[in-house]
Amino acid sequence: MSRPILISGARIIDPAAGSDRTGDLFVRDGVLADAPEATPADALVIDGTGLVAAPGFIDLHAHLREPGFEDKESIETGTAAAAAGGFTTVCAMPNTSPAIDTAAVVDFITHRAREAGPIRVLAFGAVSKGRKGVELTDMEELARAGVVGFTDDGSPVATGLLMEHALLYAGELGLPVMDHCEDHSITAGLGMHEGPVASRLGLAGYPSAGEESIIARDIALLGLTGGHFHVAHVSTAGGVEMVRMAKRRGLRVTAEVTPNHLTMTDGWVLGCGCSMRGIAGPLTLAAYDTRAKVSPPLRSPIDRDALVEGLRDGTIDAVATDHAPHTFGDKATPFDEAAVGISTLETALGSLMELVRSGAIELPTLVERLTTGPASVLGERFAELASLAPGTPADVVLFDPEESWTVDVSKFASKGKNTPLAGQTLQGRVRMTIAGGHIAFGMAGQ
Amino acid sequence: MMGSVRNPMPPPDGPLSLQPSPLNGEGGSDGASHRRRHVLDLDDFSREEIVALLDSAEAMRELLGRSIKKAPSLRGKVVLTLFLEPSTRTRVSFEQAGKMLSADVINISGSGSSAEKGESLLNTALTLQAMNADVIVIRSPHSGAPYFLARNLQRMGVVNAGDGRHAHPTQALLDLMTMRRHVGGLEGKRVVIVGDVLHSRVARSDVFGLRALGATVVLSGPPTLIPLDLMHGRDGESLPGVSVEHDLDRAIEDADGVIALRIQQERQGAGMLPSMREYTRRWQVTEARYRRAKPGALLMHPGPMNEGVEIASSLAHGPGAQIEEQVTNGVAVRMALLYQLLTGGHEEVTE
Repeated sequence: MSRPILISGARIIDPAAGSDRTGDLFVRDGVLADAPEATPADALVIDGTGLVAAPGFIDLHAHLREPGFEDKESIETGTAAAAAGGFTTVCAMPNTSPAIDTAAVVDFITHRAREAGPIRVLAFGAVSKGRKGVELTDMEELARAGVVGFTDDGSPVATGLLMEHALLYAGELGLPVMDHCEDHSITAGLGMHEGPVASRLGLAGYPSAGEESIIARDIALLGLTGGHFHVAHVSTAGGVEMVRMAKRRGLRVTAEVTPNHLTMTDGWVLGCGCSMRGIAGPLTLAAYDTRAKVSPPLRSPIDRDALVEGLRDGTIDAVATDHAPHTFGDKATPFDEAAVGISTLETALGSLMELVRSGAIELPTLVERLTTGPASVLGERFAELASLAPGTPADVVLFDPEESWTVDVSKFASKGKNTPLAGQTLQGRVRMTIAGGHIAFGMAGQ
Repeated sequence: MMGSVRNPMPPPDGPLSLQPSPLNGEGGSDGASHRRRHVLDLDDFSREEIVALLDSAEAMRELLGRSIKKAPSLRGKVVLTLFLEPSTRTRVSFEQAGKMLSADVINISGSGSSAEKGESLLNTALTLQAMNADVIVIRSPHSGAPYFLARNLQRMGVVNAGDGRHAHPTQALLDLMTMRRHVGGLEGKRVVIVGDVLHSRVARSDVFGLRALGATVVLSGPPTLIPLDLMHGRDGESLPGVSVEHDLDRAIEDADGVIALRIQQERQGAGMLPSMREYTRRWQVTEARYRRAKPGALLMHPGPMNEGVEIASSLAHGPGAQIEEQVTNGVAVRMALLYQLLTGGHEEVTE
């Protein structure tokens, strides 16, 4: 068993308890415990002064790429990246090869995650066999193997009828159906928001309507079937508004948003974080930045602001990274041909803290959306993963909300170096991640 | 550690921020003294640079008219053309331009090259650079491909010969040259571009070139083939300083020049056009419509033409049209451009 750990004098944000106080956290035998009168001699004592301690972050949406795409990422490197980002639980997406559509693949992932280390890996199962959008997977068998929900992410649930059946069948199992809401009849798999920037660059655009039409379809179906519909990576103002209205109607709909869509816009494709005004002037060689190509695409400032507001008011339940690592070659192409996705696990907190500094969202609310928010999407049985109560698993993140650091992708634990934040300075950095009582990540000097 | 914190969110209305990337040490353009390395679009050309190029192209045109069409200016220079999309006139035009100035021109096409074996564009380009060519002329179906190359090639200049639906700067230069020859100075002139603007790299580059020379541009065409943001002005303008007038009869009124764009037959299959018949009824440059323009207004087409679709056959070969002259001017501007890129304009063109 690992040593007891005492974190002293940290700002402890515990959304499940609704508390935000300065104090100590004590970890023993893999669980949180009341701090003893006298610190045990073998305890590792960490000075938490000036740091924030919170439940370990829970990521509903990460592409760990294994099995099948180990050149992009493996469960070992992906969980190391998660730990570096303060995450103690990550949900692996099933668009692997083979897809997570049988219990055997779930067992493989569980086994590999146990070998890799202390971070908890939960798996989403595919909605359809082979993610082909035709037949439902053996959902009950997958549920017994441990999947926490179903999604054909990377693609939408192919037809309305299949979505209807998925909601009914998964609903009876008490599990959510997460949908990557993209109407291929509108978007044709494009990686750029329809708008002036796409137009300026001569890139075909993926309009907001391409996301909104499927969110509308799924909400309409949910009204018919019951069950639980979870919107993956919502990116549009219209999508946020539909989720808000559906929640008001009492439907079981939840939503997540990525740190990228909360902090960046389509202007980033111009390179160098150029502002929208940049489109009138000459393009630079930095234009067509494939690192800013992601699905759904980075959208307009209006959409970004609506996402931030949706996160603040609780319409959006969770921040999820949609961590999408790719190889150098996947991105070293003309924009049209580049793979979609951003390596996000290790920059999530740093970019999100910008929202706190700008006053758009309070820090305890942000922490809620990274902990109890996603836990509630997964269901009541996962509530303890987002708790700091004594006796619950010792999943804790300790971060410095002020520390400035420059994103150096060569130091990423992830194999995916693909982020437009490379070289940018972020403020807010994870110092230590404790998962199940083990130190899964610790900065030198801590 | 860096001292200052960089806000990861670009301000929606912040100051113009167009710092060249670290890879673009020599990119951009600030006037005549600057030695240009790449030609990616006309958006970074000043009025002075365009005028100087067109003047140089006039000299090149003179050379074209001689019986011995060759000058030694680019002897020992290697020009590669990499065409990843079918093209006759542009490729041949570059080839001829290079050869007339005595450069060695090597043509590579998509089929029959390593690109067909799945070699990435980056690896192809790095290989070509390692062979010490001086400049690569690229035509690609992908918008931005020349920027990608320019970003990754440290020793080779890049000339955009058409990228996806984004830009076609040498076509725009030859359009400007043709207009200047026939209309005179372009300051205050009004030019109509009609047709499939949405998919047109020619239209985009023409707009930047015409604006630099002080002309105004009116775009006309079906609403399905004009960029959405230009019609609605919802979020800003991707092509500043242009207006949209769907009604060609009105758009063409008193115009000094008309550029008809090629209509691809496949637009009808993609549901963007009801029929070619309806298109020609509304947007063909007909004799009647042409008469609404200023007397002697210039009529141009980037080619290849669908006579009887975007332009009436009688007009295509009539006195107002300068479509073959555009081709001649194309060779001249490409000569001027290669000369400028490869010598900095410091050597004598002719002896």
